Amino acid sequence: MTDMVHPAPNEAIAGRSRFGLAQYLICLKGILVREGLRYLNQRERFISSLVRPLLWLFIFAAGFRQVLGVSIIPPYQTYVLYEVYITPGLCGMILLFSGMQSSLSMVYDREMGNMRTLLVSPFPRWFLLVSKLLAGVAVSIIQVYVFLAIAWFWEVKAPLIGYLLILPALFLAGLMLGALGMFLSSMIKQLENFAGIMNFVIFPMYFASSALYPLWRVQEASPLLHKICLLNPFTYAVELIRFAFYGQIEWTSLAVVAAFTLVFLGGAILAYDPSRGLIIRKQDTGGNS
Amino acid sequence: MRSHMSMLAVTVALQFAAQSAWANMVYVSNEKDNTVTIVDSGTMEVVKTIDVGQRPRGITISHDGKFLYVCASDDDTVEIIDTATHEIVGTLPSGPDPELFVLSPDGKTLYVANEDDNLVTVINVEGKNVIAEIPVGVEPEGMGISPDGKTMVNTSETTNMAHFIDTSTHEITNNVLVDSRPRFAEFKPDGSEVWISAEIGGTVSVIDNETREVKHKITFEIQGLRSEAIQPVGVRISADSKKAYVALGPANRVAVVNAETYEVEKYILVGQRVWQLAFTPDGKSIISTNGLSNDITFIDTETDEPVKSVTVGALPWGVVVAPN
Repeated sequence: MTDMVHPAPNEAIAGRSRFGLAQYLICLKGILVREGLRYLNQRERFISSLVRPLLWLFIFAAGFRQVLGVSIIPPYQTYVLYEVYITPGLCGMILLFSGMQSSLSMVYDREMGNMRTLLVSPFPRWFLLVSKLLAGVAVSIIQVYVFLAIAWFWEVKAPLIGYLLILPALFLAGLMLGALGMFLSSMIKQLENFAGIMNFVIFPMYFASSALYPLWRVQEASPLLHKICLLNPFTYAVELIRFAFYGQIEWTSLAVVAAFTLVFLGGAILAYDPSRGLIIRKQDTGGNS
Repeated sequence: MRSHMSMLAVTVALQFAAQSAWANMVYVSNEKDNTVTIVDSGTMEVVKTIDVGQRPRGITISHDGKFLYVCASDDDTVEIIDTATHEIVGTLPSGPDPELFVLSPDGKTLYVANEDDNLVTVINVEGKNVIAEIPVGVEPEGMGISPDGKTMVNTSETTNMAHFIDTSTHEITNNVLVDSRPRFAEFKPDGSEVWISAEIGGTVSVIDNETREVKHKITFEIQGLRSEAIQPVGVRISADSKKAYVALGPANRVAVVNAETYEVEKYILVGQRVWQLAFTPDGKSIISTNGLSNDITFIDTETDEPVKSVTVGALPWGVVVAPN
């Protein structure tokens, strides 16, 4: 199967030299449009991607609501309601689910054979994967902004400029989580295995982070959990977004998120490279799994 | 280590714009650690802390901004502090347990509520002598004065009354029954009404200054909070008489009230057990003292959003901002 999917290396290299920037952009646009259309056409996905964080905001945060305010921690300058505290975490949650969902779509593409169309393209593999990743991030950022717009009417507001300043933070966090999803998708052979991703990746990452509770509170409750939170890259994605809302850069978070993005992306590119990657290895052992 | 830096020059510029050109000193009395904290209203940072007498509560400033007056309740005196040197330069004979006071519009007379003695003491500031002692209800506290200086209103916490006092005769002219435990009296700057907060009653009574009758009662409701937790204390009304701010004690919120329709427009989350309020002279900010969280919160009066909370001393009680 891999032989069919991938052109011979020599041919591909010869092909690549013919492309200029314009061709690369056409390819990127094509992937972006495809991903965008897919998202818009799947109305359930659009709705569910919004309903999930809104449920957390309206139900979880309302029930858990500390009506007397959350203690002041940076970047907050004054007391905030729990709804305000949890919002950057919910933005992160959208990015996390979306990143995993696009990995799901890659598994689906592979099962349905659509992936061949993509991978047979003469463009370099890394470029195709990065384009696919960018398309996923773009779609998830739109979801975040729609969510924030609804939250605005729920009196969850940040300084106006913050909505612009979070854009780079959302982009980077989205890249990291999307790359993670892509890396994971290279290791999943069948769609059914995706439930495992939910249980073993999404939920632990989300819950063992600063998304729901400030880390000082986690530390009070369980020093072990606090250490786990500190090892979780998702914590840093959330904090990066939280500080950006208030016009601040959390340098540690920025460094951690950037580093993990490179690691995950590198892993995904390697994994999708048929000559070295995990696909081949998995297919070798595929029958046993 | 976390280091914070502004993300864009834009935000830096915005922050500078937010810090108005006129920075005024904010003086906060800290009831528990016997100090006054001085905060710069522009940078919103603590400048200095000065030691004062025991249990400082009521605090106000002379109209020229040169002298600060602080009720040192447990020292039974009002201390005068020079705002240039931050030294205590004298005292005023306030009578026992002074809690709250109000300075006459001409700045010459100070009216002090003596909580334990059921008296209002009238002091000549310049001569530092007592002009009169007016017997009022039990546990006098709130003190308000009309913009023309002719009428003074005192509230008595246990008698649950607002006593209207003629400042020329020092006689009570009207007694108006309000809700339980009235804490604070604030005249509308146009002189038409007096607003009286009732801590236990949970209301603010609006008294017409002509008829001397309660014409409206403002009630408060915060989703998710028991009504007992809503205890109105400090009240301030904007210079144009259009908007009022009411500190709601353990509800940790300041209510924004339309002073024309008496509708509560918003509740602003601040620190714990918010007590007193003070406007900056330009009216662009109002500052709340949050007793149990040992901080004050700056609120932007244009957006009615809390801007920043600043830690001060233990149990901040009263607040006053220096005039321009």
